[in-house]
Amino acid sequence: MKSYTKYDPLVEYVLRSADNTLILGHRLSELCGHGPVLEQDIAITNISLDLLGQSRMYLQYAAQQIGNNETEDTLAFLRDGMQFRNCQLTEQPNGDFAHTIIRSFIFDSYHFYFCQSLKSSTDSSLAEIAAKSLKEVTYHRKFSSEWTIRLGDGTAESNERMQKALENLWPYSGELTEEDAVDAKMAAEGIGVDLKDISGSINDYRNNILERAGLKVPEKVFMHSGGKKGLHTEHHGYILAEMQFMQRAYPGLNW
Amino acid sequence: MNTTQKFSQQQIFDLLEEVKDPEIPVISVVDLGVVREVKYEGKKLIVTITPTYSGCPAMGVIQMEITTALLEAGIIDFEVRTSLSPAWTTRWMSEKGKKALKEYGIAPPLDNEGNESDLFGEMPAIQCPHCGSKNTGMTNRFGSTPCKSLHQCKDCLEPFDYFKCH
Repeated sequence: MKSYTKYDPLVEYVLRSADNTLILGHRLSELCGHGPVLEQDIAITNISLDLLGQSRMYLQYAAQQIGNNETEDTLAFLRDGMQFRNCQLTEQPNGDFAHTIIRSFIFDSYHFYFCQSLKSSTDSSLAEIAAKSLKEVTYHRKFSSEWTIRLGDGTAESNERMQKALENLWPYSGELTEEDAVDAKMAAEGIGVDLKDISGSINDYRNNILERAGLKVPEKVFMHSGGKKGLHTEHHGYILAEMQFMQRAYPGLNW
Repeated sequence: MNTTQKFSQQQIFDLLEEVKDPEIPVISVVDLGVVREVKYEGKKLIVTITPTYSGCPAMGVIQMEITTALLEAGIIDFEVRTSLSPAWTTRWMSEKGKKALKEYGIAPPLDNEGNESDLFGEMPAIQCPHCGSKNTGMTNRFGSTPCKSLHQCKDCLEPFDYFKCH
């Protein structure tokens, strides 16, 4: 059993984005064929596909940095839970449609400003991936923001469900912009995003949408964290069990 | 097979005109703007392509079909490279490509569809590729492939795909 692995700071940093997009992309893919209506089923699977595409670019770059015969596939399918660097928000279950939308809204509002800033990274690979991703993330943010407003400002029941989803998921919002030593080092070197810098824009954006949606930002919330360090909630293992099954059971399987 | 024969850049582009987007078989990878560069490094031919959307599943097929087309022309010493930067945009689609899309029943991308981050923003009128009416509405921002959104004509009532700006 592989235990905690420490990568060098750049790889740690790249894996965070790789795993955020991989895990959320996988979560959204679970809704393929199960969306509430056909149009939203298609929308969510399109977003999932974008995220998986973005994840591949980050994973390819991380694999190249690690060397040692590591590939995008070995990183996605053969790492254990503690080697994953995604924020805990992305691994939270789909729940009802309100939870799916709120989770995406919290993530997309962060992801947009993150990519916008990473576009000017001094690391040209990261800058290219961010520029490519930003175009897609702009659509994602629009989708989840519109649905947040539509459902928050919808019926009494949809408002209640959205408020409940917000209260359940808000405690996972802090980790996205919580700066640790790796973030600080990468930001100082001009490679990574200065999370302190983009926090203001993210908050303003979220507050504006939530206000239009008639939803209240939960106050005095305990913020979970640990995902960036490889500590995950119990849901994470179940995702890996499903996502990695084929490669674990039939190593090297191709199609 | 003559491996030393050097095809001109234009000849290579003509060759790639025959490689179609696997999901929209009326538009070539050249007209789509996916082929970014054709050049020689010494004797080796380098064809650089760029993905439309990062998760676009057609990219693998496009790469394979370009490879096949080059091999069929007798070219052996070549490499198909993928480049992310600058990121693909619908502005690279040729007028010929846009016309082919429309004839196929897909509304081609407009030059400007307004501010992408505008919530609930009204899109400018998109012309129905079937009857030509501009009295149309969007049913879904996401469609059957990552690059398309779903619309319906309010006059002829036919649904249609729109190749969205990117």
